Amino acid sequence: MVSTLTLPESGAVRAVPARRWLTPWQTWGSILIVPYIIILILFVVYPVAYGFWIARHPHSYVELFDDPIFARSAVNTLVFLVIGINIKMVMALLLSGFFIQARTWIKWLSVLFILPWAVPSIPTILSLRFMLNPEWGVINTLIFRITGEDGPNWLNNPTIALSMAIAVHIWKSLPFWTLILIAGRLAIPHDLYESASVDGATKFQKFKYVTWPSLRTLYLTSTILSMIWTLGDFNSVYLLTGGGPADLTHVLATLGIRYLRLDQVDMSMAAIVVALPFVLPLVFFLMKRLSK
Amino acid sequence: MKRPSLGAITTEAKLLLIGIPLAIWTLLPIYHLFLFAISPKESAFSGKLWPDHPTLHNFVVVFKQEHYYLHHFWLQLWNSLLIAVVTGALTLLIATGAAFAISRLKVRGGRVVMNLALLTYFIPAAFLAVPMYRTMGLYGLLNNQWALILAMVTIAAPYAIWVLKQSSDQLPVELDEAAIMDGASPMQLLWFVYVPLMAPALVAIGTYALLLAWNEYLYAFLLLSKDTTVTLPVGLGNFLAADDSPWELLMTTGLIYALPPAAIYYVFRRYMVSGLTQGAVKG
Repeated sequence: MVSTLTLPESGAVRAVPARRWLTPWQTWGSILIVPYIIILILFVVYPVAYGFWIARHPHSYVELFDDPIFARSAVNTLVFLVIGINIKMVMALLLSGFFIQARTWIKWLSVLFILPWAVPSIPTILSLRFMLNPEWGVINTLIFRITGEDGPNWLNNPTIALSMAIAVHIWKSLPFWTLILIAGRLAIPHDLYESASVDGATKFQKFKYVTWPSLRTLYLTSTILSMIWTLGDFNSVYLLTGGGPADLTHVLATLGIRYLRLDQVDMSMAAIVVALPFVLPLVFFLMKRLSK
Repeated sequence: MKRPSLGAITTEAKLLLIGIPLAIWTLLPIYHLFLFAISPKESAFSGKLWPDHPTLHNFVVVFKQEHYYLHHFWLQLWNSLLIAVVTGALTLLIATGAAFAISRLKVRGGRVVMNLALLTYFIPAAFLAVPMYRTMGLYGLLNNQWALILAMVTIAAPYAIWVLKQSSDQLPVELDEAAIMDGASPMQLLWFVYVPLMAPALVAIGTYALLLAWNEYLYAFLLLSKDTTVTLPVGLGNFLAADDSPWELLMTTGLIYALPPAAIYYVFRRYMVSGLTQGAVKG
């Protein structure tokens, strides 16, 4: 790749064709890029290589697959990604249509709507956690006041607890993806809608034949990017359930830290290595899409 | 024109039917946080929409550090600020240099570096955390605030470089050429042409890195553990250690901690939204 770069590109010959051969440019270029290369080597390349080295023993994998918590975490992670992310992205798609309506109150609402994304997750997730407290939380207090019966023990049932963690994740990151899709919708030329109107298209037809074809690529890229980021979402689960009850709501992100705390770093790295065959195709897709 | 048609009213009603639940969903956890912060200890759990006797007492307790968990409140707030500012500045410096070298100086190997950076961007943060923690141990940086700063720069820089490269690729080459004709050196080009033109993107990136570091929890609690070196979110997390945690104080501290990023976001909203979405929309 380096050699192709140094070849003079005949098409790109500009007023200063010899520029890239002039030493001050290359020298300064190198000086300016070296700090990042140092960061990259010290804090990415070396840790990743070290991680693989830690995960080199086959018995780590045997142990890992024998651990029921790992199997459970893998399933949870899959549920989180496949169900959680798709719900979130469909909501973002619909809401982006809502937010582009020209109303003053919707403009104000969109300003407030960003808040979950703009504030740090620790206070808001802990606030949600307390809302869900079975004895004193505001939700069960209201349920009791309205129905006279005790509400569910939200975070003590693994299925509800994981659903709540997914809800927290959606609450936190929905604004960001809605914003992205709003930008995508605003980039669609307006005359496409006008000519569709002239042709007598219904709202649904406009969505199907104008909006969706223009947004499809962005939507897919966003979904995959969101999946990768969500794999690294430690806070939604850790701060809400702590992986409990009985370690049944862990996802890979929190499981790795759990193993680290139990001084089983090899297991922690092995869990990540096992996830790689599923992650790498997504990364490959994104690299192709974004490295232009 | 005299009265809105039936169709317009139903459209408006439908929009409100989406808007009102959405507003409640968005604001409820934040309002709940606020409610706890202004409620006296006894009535915080009453489930009322507004406390009978709103008070600022919790803030006084926090500011005076009058609780076991809050003994280092001001120091931890300072740590958060320091780490966020240094991360923002360092990311800006490193990313600007790299993006300028790759996009404008066309440094050899620039494409490889760009692709490696992008690859780093796609490593889930929690996956890198464990090896990063061990590596920092090997470097002898654990419990040193530089560990967190460097980790945050590592995480923020790839996106920063990518966004800056995207925007700087759009600057016309003629600008550089004109500067070169005038005899400008690469550093003069960077300082007098590139930085002023890129100012909006630079503001967005600096803010992005600053907020990333301020908000970080996982890396902060992994890399720092002394009460006097940790950032405020780690201090908040420590509240969870005990069952009888003073929740009203936790919420108050949390509210104080959440205000600066929200304020910064709203001040720089124009830059942030355009800076952070333009790259994604292109993709």
